[in-house]
Amino acid sequence: MSLNVESPVVSTAPAPQPLRLIDDTGHAVTDNAGDFVLPDPGTLLGLYRQMVVARRFDVQVTALTRQGRLATYPSALGQEACEIAAVASLDPGDWLFPTYRDSIALLTRGVKPEHILASFRGEWHSGYDQYEHRIAPQATPLATQALHAVGLATASKLKQDSTVALTLLGDGATSEGDAHEALNFAAVWQAPVVFVVQNNQFAISVPLDKQMRCRTIADKAIGYGMPGFYVDGNDVAAMYAVTSAAVDRARTGGGPTLVEGLTYRMEAHTNSDDPSRYRAAGDVDVWRRRDPIERLDTYLVSIGALSDQERAGIRDEAEDLAAATRECMMLPVRVDPLELFDHVYADPRAALAEQRAFLAAELAEHAALAGQPPATPSAPTTPSSSTTPAGAHA
Amino acid sequence: MTLQSTISPVVARPPAALTMAAALNAAIHDSMRDDPTVVLFGEDVGPLGGVFRVTDGLYAEFGETRVSDSPLAESGIVGTAIGMAIYGLRPVVEMQFDAFSYPAFEQIVSHLAKMRNRTRGRISLPIVIRIPYAGDIGGVEHHSDSSEAYWSATPGLTVVSPSNPADAYSMLREAIASDDPVIFMEPKSRYWMKEVLSLPVQTTPMNTAVVLREGTDVTLIAYGPTVKTALATAELATAEGLSIEVIDLRSLSPFDDATVGASLRKTSRAAVVHEAAQFGGYGAEVAARLTERNFFHLAAPILRITGFDIPYPSPKLEEYFLPTPDRILAALGTWEWS
Repeated sequence: MSLNVESPVVSTAPAPQPLRLIDDTGHAVTDNAGDFVLPDPGTLLGLYRQMVVARRFDVQVTALTRQGRLATYPSALGQEACEIAAVASLDPGDWLFPTYRDSIALLTRGVKPEHILASFRGEWHSGYDQYEHRIAPQATPLATQALHAVGLATASKLKQDSTVALTLLGDGATSEGDAHEALNFAAVWQAPVVFVVQNNQFAISVPLDKQMRCRTIADKAIGYGMPGFYVDGNDVAAMYAVTSAAVDRARTGGGPTLVEGLTYRMEAHTNSDDPSRYRAAGDVDVWRRRDPIERLDTYLVSIGALSDQERAGIRDEAEDLAAATRECMMLPVRVDPLELFDHVYADPRAALAEQRAFLAAELAEHAALAGQPPATPSAPTTPSSSTTPAGAHA
Repeated sequence: MTLQSTISPVVARPPAALTMAAALNAAIHDSMRDDPTVVLFGEDVGPLGGVFRVTDGLYAEFGETRVSDSPLAESGIVGTAIGMAIYGLRPVVEMQFDAFSYPAFEQIVSHLAKMRNRTRGRISLPIVIRIPYAGDIGGVEHHSDSSEAYWSATPGLTVVSPSNPADAYSMLREAIASDDPVIFMEPKSRYWMKEVLSLPVQTTPMNTAVVLREGTDVTLIAYGPTVKTALATAELATAEGLSIEVIDLRSLSPFDDATVGASLRKTSRAAVVHEAAQFGGYGAEVAARLTERNFFHLAAPILRITGFDIPYPSPKLEEYFLPTPDRILAALGTWEWS
């Protein structure tokens, strides 16, 4: 095993129209499906369930943010097909490198709402066990996490493991230098990594035609020497078929793939954004008619794979999750100010111990002034040891 | 080839005159032999052995799996090292020249330094970033920067700089073994300084300063390239009847308050010497924290003898920029000596 590989030049250009398996109206189509075929009904029903639950969560969290329960929340409303297809393509041992917009991907991978939302609630910068879930912290700087994904995938390759890394990116992030470096490193090293770019057409307010002159983002794959796929990002069947094939290809030594899902950010960038300043309400309506959940619902009903009873059951599940999310976001935030010093270095520092003692004394003084019993100084916390780094799962 | 080590642990070698570059090379070599998770990559570190030959022979011995040339992109080098470390490897990467580390600034400051804190200690990043730094080598622009203040001002990073071959070996081994990310700053002008060593050598811990020469009148604080300058200054000063204590900081972050403070309380006068510009430089932190903690022991203000507040000059002008023993002695002469 070596980082030197003979890689055949990839020259296949992505199709000019987005690859799709189920169209806007919920009909199976084959005219622009490439070599991909519809996933079986059981798989599609599973994706449907995950999308419905994810959307309910997303809508609930946006509402909680408007009520002031969270500091901010970047919604993925309308992007469920991209998010859920990407996660569903991965094995449990694979790694996901998400962004701030990908909370529903975390949810779908099994992270609890309170752990996903710890960061947006302001408790800590990342609130879940990254090794337990094989999910890197949600990246806020754009495209930086793509390099981490390439590095982890390369380490997996060097160890001759079968672990694949998948990173989620937005269209705006593809303008960043790190996106270029990640794609290039991945291609040169033939890393087992999949790049899923959710082209939701806006970087806060800036439309894609101000980011690039290229026809599609997927076209850029040609320049890096890797396969690129331009996919209808609101067709979960197509997104799942393409990302699954890309993950399989990575796992079997075929190297990286760039997948672009053409979708739309239905909500504002975050709760502090005002989309009416840069896009017409009519544009949103056009994309509402391309809704990823509605079209799959229509298709599943048409083939007899989704009954009213099943749909009701899925909605109940989604409502239960929404209720649980509301409940945990109503609980008071619990933070320990002294924990601020505990994780910065593995090797403890005298200067931080001094500053920790200073803060502890200040807290005790404030408590005394308020007539409260002095808080017991907590011992430095140790990191959760539920997991082991080092690809120990290999 | 897998990452399982089949090579026996490091054995003692007979004494030999080694340059700092050779000592660094031996440190990486021995760390790679002892720990199969150590991998090395960067620009030209493979068959060429690095532009300063610090990685000479490692590609031949350990092969492409563990020693590889990367694409020419510093953010990519640090960013992929972070991903490898998450998966359990210990990457040692090279930035080739100080000023070429700047494209990696975001990965270093926003991720390398913050990951452990962000993840409540779950993800440690045992990564060493080797940065050949500082001038006095006749380098053209962008080849002589001293960037230590940027890294030292960043919580989460450990920043060290050896000044001699023995420390170069010992500190780099310790840096590679550390679970914290280490910015390992190698003074280019000292790469060819020789010392007789019997490897493996272990000097004092990486996070401590050492008193290299004892004195009673002045504490002269230096690190990396200016340690030699400080020692030369102390030697010259004896002719003037001035006894200078020379401290090699070795570690810029953390700062060894105990060792430096004890020296200052003994001599009651201190000056810090570095190549980097003065304004907002590392010496400002040294002067400030020593003053805060030792004010009533001070007989005079702590001085900074540094490069001027200008970009690093062209080769024909660098002699006017770099702190020299004469300039240091002249600065010490501005104090009132009663």
